[in-house]
Order: sequence, then C-alpha cells, then structure tokens
Amino acid sequence: MKIVFTTSGETLEAPLDGRFGRASKFILYDLEKDYYEVIDNRKSLNSAQGAGIQAAEAMVRAGAGGVVTGHCGPNAFRALSAAGIAIYSCGEPTVAAALEAFRSGALKPMESSDVEGHWI
Amino acid sequence: MILAVASGKGGTGKTTVSVNLARIFGSPVQLLDCDVEEPNSHLFIKGKPDNREIASIKVPEVDESRCDACGECGRLCQYHAIALLGPAPLVFPELCHGCGGCEKVCPRGAIREIDRRIGIVETMEADGITLIQGRLDVGVAMAPPLVRAVKSRLQSGVPAILDAPPGTSCPVIATIRGSDFVALVTEPTPFGLHDLELAVDMVRELGIPFGVVINRVGAGDDRVHAFCGGNKIPVLLEIPDDRRIAEAYSRGELVVDALPEYRSLFSTLLWKIRGSRGKERRAGHVRRDN
Repeated sequence: MKIVFTTSGETLEAPLDGRFGRASKFILYDLEKDYYEVIDNRKSLNSAQGAGIQAAEAMVRAGAGGVVTGHCGPNAFRALSAAGIAIYSCGEPTVAAALEAFRSGALKPMESSDVEGHWI
Repeated sequence: MILAVASGKGGTGKTTVSVNLARIFGSPVQLLDCDVEEPNSHLFIKGKPDNREIASIKVPEVDESRCDACGECGRLCQYHAIALLGPAPLVFPELCHGCGGCEKVCPRGAIREIDRRIGIVETMEADGITLIQGRLDVGVAMAPPLVRAVKSRLQSGVPAILDAPPGTSCPVIATIRGSDFVALVTEPTPFGLHDLELAVDMVRELGIPFGVVINRVGAGDDRVHAFCGGNKIPVLLEIPDDRRIAEAYSRGELVVDALPEYRSLFSTLLWKIRGSRGKERRAGHVRRDN
C-alpha cells in the first residue's frame, strides 16, 4: 500500500504539514518497497478554492491508499472518503516520525472532518 | 442612462454620492445597491420593502443511475464544484458558480440543475426613488450572480444609479458592465490614489467613459489631483473634508437634506455627467457593450 504524508519538504526528515489541500508537497511512500516519491501540490496550493478537492483528485491519480496529515476539512474529507482513501490525523513533527507512528498502528482513520474549510 | 458609482478603495463615499444624487435627480430614478455583501443605501432612502424575492443559482444534481463515471464534468469545472473521485461525481454546491457547463458536457444526460438560494432582492419606493437592493445570505461567497439578479430588475427607460461594491474584482465588474458612465469615488490619500489607479485600469479595460469624484478634499495631499491632471481624467466633483457631512451620514441623513448648501455640488456633478455623455454622442463615441 502507498501512503501519502503532507509536507513542506522533500525528505523523510522534513516537517509533517498540518494542512492537506494547501500543503506544498506530498511524500508518497510505498510501504512494501520502502521507497518514496515527492508529488508537487503547487497547483492546489495556489487555487482560489477547492484545494482539498483538487488534492484529493491527485491522491486518486497517485494510487494512495491513505493520507497522513494534521487536520482535514469537510470538503477534503468528503472527497477522500468517496475515493476510499483513509485519512489519519497525526501530531508528529516530521514525516519519518509520522511514518513510524503509522507503522506501529498508533494512527486510527478519522471518522469525520476535524476542522472547518480554510481553517488556516 | 445607467450611472455606476464605484471605487477601488472602500469607504471613500460611494453610497454618499449615490444616495445624494438619487435624491436631487429631479425625476423618477432607480437606485440599485449592488454592494450585496453589505448593502447600506436603505439606511438613507427610507421605505418599507414592498417586494422581496429569493435569488438562486443553478447547481448540478447527478442521477447516479445514468452516470457512467466518464469524468467529463469534473474535467470541465475550474472551481472543483463537481469531481469524480468514486463511482459517481461528488457535488460541492457552495463552490459552484452556476455556469451550467457540467450539464452541457455530460454525454449521458445524468446531470440536471437545481436551485440553490444565495440571497434576496428587495425593492422599495420612496419619494420618486425606486431602491432595488440585494442581500447575500450569510456564509455565501458568490456575489456576482446576486448582482446580476439585482440588475435584472432594472426597468429600461428610467435612469439608474448603481452603487457598486468596493474593489476591482468580479462583483464590481458584474455591477459596472453595461453601464453608460462610471463615477470613481476616491479620497486624496496614498491609499485612495493606489486603489484609484487600479479602478481606472479596470474601467479603461471595459471601455466605459468615466470621471473621478474626490471626497474629503483638504485631508491628505494633492497626488490624486496630480494623477488625474496628468492622465487627463476629468475631476467631476470635489467634496470638502467637512465634519458635518460625516455627522449627517452617521445619523442616516442625506447631505443634500441636512446641509442644503451642498445641493449645488451634487447638481453640478449630475450636470457634468450628462454633459460628458452628450459630448460622446456628438463625437460618435462607440461604446463596447459586454
């Protein structure tokens, strides 16, 4: 399975970004192959509206099975849920720490959005 | 004649100019408050609403039994208001601008349009002035369709004054498009000048004749005057920085009623606007209608 981590950087040491639609980058991590690639989210980041929905479409194209981020607004939650992609809320500071938390089973899928749209 | 009163900067006196012009117009006139996010002309033109209509936009509804998940609708929508993420498209009505494109491109006729309320349009009559105003519902971020709904109530053949929202973005364009003349209200401050320059670019792009009203003359500096002079932009009216005007405004009173000595200023403005339109007609000026 491939898992996406929202981030501002391009390595596992980079900070985990608390935002989904307006995170600048995504790290798409392949859990079986222990390999990752970086996806640029500039297009959603700069869109006037619907950033979470646009980012969710990118998750579908990337073949992500789950998204690890800080918080998730209602539109992004609806879009990701419709695509069958689980969302995990995580307070870890870096992508590496979030990956570790995910692997240990400490993260549980969110059952609803936890912030309003445009929360930050 | 349709006269739009606009500005780049907010709080420069659009409503002051609009309501006072309407009052001294001298014949039946329509006053349209197109600042639908915060209409306030009704504070000065007092009358009871005698007509109130709900304004809506068309948003898509998907018949999942007909949809084959081709995704054409989502690819067309620039606002991400409809997106294919699972077996059938999801609709996000609050993002929809109501263009109807998704319904047009759906090859299977799976999309129909339903009404989504965005606000109300109220009409009231007071002393020869027909005030038509839009009120956008709280939480709705879609002003242009409501501005167009307000303007659709315009009665042709009766002169109209359009009180525009501030700025130079879509709600303002929706207001001033199709008008015969735009009065740009500004103040003699660096902020007023900065936003006036944006507003001048906007009306030039739309090809509408315009002039400038400078409010609170005496406060600030003379750079707005210099800008207008250097760019051959007519200054139609200068309203002095008089505390009594602000006091009358704060009480919901019209300047021309509370301070009759200002009546001639507003009459002159009306006369100049009518005159500048006459000149264009004589010069065979062709206006681009959008």
